[in-house]
Amino acid sequence: MAFIPHTAADVAAMLATIGVRRIEDLFDEIPAELRVKSLAGVPAALNEMEIGRLMSERARRDGLQLSFLGAGAYEHHIPAAVWAITTRGEFYSAYTPYQAEASQGTLQTIYEFQTMIARLTAMQVANASMYEGASATAEAALMAVRANRKSQSARILLPRSLHPHYRSVAHATAANQGLRFEELPFAADGTLDRSALARYESEDITALVIAQPNFFGRLEEVDALTDWAHARQALVIAVVNPTALALLKPPGEWGARGADIAVGEGQPLGVPLSSGGPYFGFMTTRLEHVRQMPGRIVGRTLDVAGHEGFTLTLQAREQHIRRARATSNICTNQGLLVTAATIYLSLMGAQGLARTAAACHARSRELVAALTRVAGVRQAFAGAHFHETVLQLDRPVAPVLKALMSRGILGGLDLSAYYPELGHALLVCATETKTSADIERYRNALGEVLQAARAA
Amino acid sequence: MSNIPADLRYTKSHEWVRTLADGTLEVGITDHAQHALGDLVFVEVPEAGRSVKANEPCAVVESVKAASDVYAPFAGQVVAGNSRLTAEPETVNTEPYAGGWLMRLKAAPGSLEAAQLLSPADYQKLLDAEGG
Repeated sequence: MAFIPHTAADVAAMLATIGVRRIEDLFDEIPAELRVKSLAGVPAALNEMEIGRLMSERARRDGLQLSFLGAGAYEHHIPAAVWAITTRGEFYSAYTPYQAEASQGTLQTIYEFQTMIARLTAMQVANASMYEGASATAEAALMAVRANRKSQSARILLPRSLHPHYRSVAHATAANQGLRFEELPFAADGTLDRSALARYESEDITALVIAQPNFFGRLEEVDALTDWAHARQALVIAVVNPTALALLKPPGEWGARGADIAVGEGQPLGVPLSSGGPYFGFMTTRLEHVRQMPGRIVGRTLDVAGHEGFTLTLQAREQHIRRARATSNICTNQGLLVTAATIYLSLMGAQGLARTAAACHARSRELVAALTRVAGVRQAFAGAHFHETVLQLDRPVAPVLKALMSRGILGGLDLSAYYPELGHALLVCATETKTSADIERYRNALGEVLQAARAA
Repeated sequence: MSNIPADLRYTKSHEWVRTLADGTLEVGITDHAQHALGDLVFVEVPEAGRSVKANEPCAVVESVKAASDVYAPFAGQVVAGNSRLTAEPETVNTEPYAGGWLMRLKAAPGSLEAAQLLSPADYQKLLDAEGG
């Protein structure tokens, strides 16, 4: 059924009132050559029973593999209360509400979320969330160009060790808006190659992106990089993992002045992996740049009677008011996922999140120690890392992963398509969800698979 | 009734232009414009040294309800933005023709003539025609 509450008579009356014969006539101004004549590529609609069956079949195909795959999405324990509360009817809406101020509870939830994210990152202000980490990074680049008025170049330095999807989304989103992305190589230890910065010494740079940890799980020298960028009047965009922030220095404290914008993927905060989405992004900045920040922002205020209340604020930056000159085309947030994250963070608390992060770190060290005992496996980059690390195998990774999968193990990410220069490289991850027995199972399976491959 | 000082020139988009003693030109928004916008909560002015084209948006005045662009009345180079407005945007409301100036520009050769600025009388006619 169509959820449109207009009868044919209603539609006819409305068309007659505005003097239009057919609904089609409303689209007259769109040139004919730009209009799609038919939707031949779209299959016929399925009914509820059919779609239910299709989706369960697909879910079954995922299997229940033991996962050592990270690469931007992380399997964490989610307390049962998180989604039991999130899916209550009162919260079950994906968006910031229309007539926002009539929904004080929703606004308060978003305000609490913003407060938690601002504290986690040690930044002054957070927005109501973005779509996910990759587009949040692209929006941060666009924002930096607006905010850094000392720079004319719209040139953003993007480390090659930033998530490859984030880099391609940044290009897709921002390259047509006049931004120039320049890639910074990584050094032999997997961190940003400081010597590559030398050629930018006296050049106009708008912003430097710093990923912490980077895509290889390596920790960057964030203080020195931040100070380097600030000394050249460039802004610093931090791309951070929220779990890691419970242990690592938050971007607001990087270097002498702190990062200017901090963004990241929010999925680790109570959102299940779900084959890749929906997730949410977060974005924070310093108060001086708040008017350049995209998205919705909830503020706390007082009503005429002096009672505390919550409101959508700084809306003059947004599309519905500023039209083409709005800061961004994002004019909503990931409301439901933000609700889950807010509940997750409130259940975990600062100490709980720190314990989770510490457990992740301990498990990933245990994993690396176990796997590098297998013949034909070594660690690609020595040095501090979080969550994950790159292993170098003595043979192509894809067949190894396939063999592991037939033993019920998702062994990690084959990096050969993204980083051919790393050879037979495999990105592996362990979070607090993996036990010593799980790690032992992976080690044994990998040993057998590699041995079989050598014998073949 | 809007205040339209006789010693200034005006644009159709409600900016005013004053020639200073050293030949630089001061630009702000008119009393009519500040009144229409309401209480300003934020003003963004251009950085010194920036080159602007005629009619290019180069400043933003934001009230609780709306954010509006302010256009360069003529081509030139920004000599100064009024930094006082960062902390005290309401100055544009209280003294639009004095402390509330937005930017000082050095006009590119010929650009001022090309701009066809309005006299006070013509600006008054414009407001009358707009119903102001």
